Amino acid sequence: MPELAQTEPATRKPNLDLKLYGPAIALVILCIIGFSLNTAFLSEGNITNLLTRSAFIGIIAVGATFVITAGGIDLSVGSMAAAIAGIMIILMNALVDILGTGVLTVAVGAGCAVLLGALAGLANGLLTTKGKIEAFIVTLGTMGIFRSLVTYFADGGTLSLNFDIRGTYRPVYYESLIGVPIPVWVFIIVAISGWFLMNRTTFGRYCTAIGSNEHVAQYSAINVNKIKTWTYVIQGLCVALATVIYVPRLGSASSSTGVLWELEAIAAVIIGGTVLKGGYGRIGGTILGALILTTIGNILNFTDLISNYLNGTMQGLIIIIAVWLQRANWGKSKD
Amino acid sequence: MVVENPMASDGLLCADSLSKSFGTVPVLFSVSFSLQAGEVHALIGENGAGKSTLMKIMSGFHTPTSGRIIYDGKPVTLPPNGGAEALGIVLIHQELNLAEQMTVTENIFLGREIAKRCVLDRQEMTTRVVQMLADVGLDISPDTRISQLSIAQKQMVEIAKAMSRNARVLIMDEPTAVLTEAETSVLFKQVNRLRDQGVAIMFVSHKLHEVQEISDRVTVLRDGQWIGTSATEDLNLDDMARMMVGRELSDLYPPVNEPNVDAEIALKVAGLHTKNTTDVSFELRRGEILGFSGLVGSGRTEVFEAICGLIPMQAGAVITFGIEGRFASVAQARDAGIVYLTKDRKGKGLLLNEGMQTNLTLLALPQFANRLMLDRKKEAAALTRAIRRFDIRARDPNVLAKDMSGGNQQKLLLAKVMEANPKIVVIDEPTRGIDVGTKQQIYHFIAALAAEGVSIVVISSEMPEVIGISHRVIIMREGQIAGTVSGRDINETQIVRYAAGLNEEKTHA
Repeated sequence: MPELAQTEPATRKPNLDLKLYGPAIALVILCIIGFSLNTAFLSEGNITNLLTRSAFIGIIAVGATFVITAGGIDLSVGSMAAAIAGIMIILMNALVDILGTGVLTVAVGAGCAVLLGALAGLANGLLTTKGKIEAFIVTLGTMGIFRSLVTYFADGGTLSLNFDIRGTYRPVYYESLIGVPIPVWVFIIVAISGWFLMNRTTFGRYCTAIGSNEHVAQYSAINVNKIKTWTYVIQGLCVALATVIYVPRLGSASSSTGVLWELEAIAAVIIGGTVLKGGYGRIGGTILGALILTTIGNILNFTDLISNYLNGTMQGLIIIIAVWLQRANWGKSKD
Repeated sequence: MVVENPMASDGLLCADSLSKSFGTVPVLFSVSFSLQAGEVHALIGENGAGKSTLMKIMSGFHTPTSGRIIYDGKPVTLPPNGGAEALGIVLIHQELNLAEQMTVTENIFLGREIAKRCVLDRQEMTTRVVQMLADVGLDISPDTRISQLSIAQKQMVEIAKAMSRNARVLIMDEPTAVLTEAETSVLFKQVNRLRDQGVAIMFVSHKLHEVQEISDRVTVLRDGQWIGTSATEDLNLDDMARMMVGRELSDLYPPVNEPNVDAEIALKVAGLHTKNTTDVSFELRRGEILGFSGLVGSGRTEVFEAICGLIPMQAGAVITFGIEGRFASVAQARDAGIVYLTKDRKGKGLLLNEGMQTNLTLLALPQFANRLMLDRKKEAAALTRAIRRFDIRARDPNVLAKDMSGGNQQKLLLAKVMEANPKIVVIDEPTRGIDVGTKQQIYHFIAALAAEGVSIVVISSEMPEVIGISHRVIIMREGQIAGTVSGRDINETQIVRYAAGLNEEKTHA
């Protein structure tokens, strides 16, 4: 009788592998497509460009991985980035008279950005945990608040950074260290710290436990509210870091800064294999997800086959396919 | 192996030589089973014996690897995922299958609403549900949300739902596991009524005296094999237990060593008030096993959830080893040496989608970390130790908690709280829904821990269990301590008298 069972393990193994390595395989396939369309795709210049552009969404998505793994969601990140960028620019412009246009002004601006990010995250976290309001609603609210703040500060227009400070600040986005652009370095450091925090610390374990089952976490002596609040603070810090390296790119902020970043960040997390309802988070997958999203846009720039305006369509399709691949059971009936 | 079954094709719903494997693991070996109209056929066996699998195959939730299902004399392939309900075969899951946020009426008519041109006929549905609820003796409004009902009430709603679907075959997976005796007798009244109406009922239970009370025939499975089928009246409880376990179970309960009445007081609770309990005071000595008996809802769980910082305490003093102080969180209680093992294994005890290691170390995780960083070697070593110490049988160490049998889950949960090196362990329903063999092991673990000097509180609704392992039993009634019995006074009559309010409040020394 037992011999009838022999077919199942054969189908199970590739299934597991696909779930684990799917994002990596997808990225490789995208690179092959990009290279076959235009060999310049794999040129050093393009790769550097691609990585630098991935850095913003990637850094934010690392934070989002924690929030989502612990069973939350943060829709406010794009608006938060815009608000932080706006306040940072106003502050640095105001500091010119006192501190000049040197490194100190930029450092104060960056420090202030980090502080604002942490505070904004803390607000989201406390409203969800202590306030007992669903994360979706809290961050939907703060999303509107942050977005209108930047519009208000800019008086409906654009906030521009003082020209001299721009000169001082510029290298943070455009310079390289050992051939690697600074934003990419920041991305790498955030990714490694994020991976370590998620996979090697009690904090990461607690995030997973809370996202899996909050009751079990509570009965297992985990301070659920504290850990959940921390995930939002981490998210806020990641947004602040991304903003600090984003501001020198254009040297300005307006109501259109960071629009839809929240969706791109969540998409990167989901493409990477993290489960949207919590309990399972993969930082490595998130990094790949961010790279995949940027690569799609990049490839469309290289080809006339599909209009660049359809970038969103391609990203949307990739998200749906990625999740479909992760959910599918590949011939194995669910028991 | 060919198992002969004299009545393989004589019945309303029959299983003919069913085998089933999950992956490479065979769980059923050519099992046959016949269910006749108008009978209650009990299916018993230890956890992992294959009862659930057989039940799920016979209701279409699993497909057999080999063998046939015969319904109404014809071989059939049952439609999957509950589609068999349309054929009149209804499975009532152990984890009830109701939409929590919908009302009783909405649940009962889910998927077959009465409607006129897509407009719901709410009045008609309500009228019918009122009748159904009256039939099953359930006194609730049809507009109540399921989430507001007790487990027993939810179960009756499931039964009403099944009956409204004109079920010819009703398969019940441990329906009494979470019911009190009073609730069970209400359930049995309904089961009898359905039997008289000619419904074929398949009944899975671990409670053998219930099987004896309610069933006409009994089939025993062990390790995926058919062991025997016979008329219930031809078997006594010992026969059933022997067939299930395959060995004698003479010493289900370990010998209770004499309690040391001079041992230091580990836990003293005075004047504890919570939302539903008032003025609860008791003492627990080192190495003592203190039973907490009483009806479900008498406040036993609430007392200990309050002590362990899970729910707010309105008044009262908690003194642990001479140090007074209430615990604001589970972490504080744990650090003071007191842990609570929940009765809700799947909802509050284990992370079902995680492996054994993550679950094992979760409560005591700070012990497995240097500052923030996890010591994975130490975690792995703890798992190896726990598997040996608590005899956790998993086919592979990476198995997810949800794929483990109830008995092994319970052992894992026990191992988990023991990782915190507690001095006081509160175990709520230590053997709910687990088989006789594992029960025996758990009782021996409890006795061994007490002998090592750990103080243990056993909250249990199973009378024999409380009587069998406790040094002393406190009986709660309506949020208060109704009485305490110890020594020879620990017997069913005494406990029931206190629980029912027949004895005056007095304490036997």
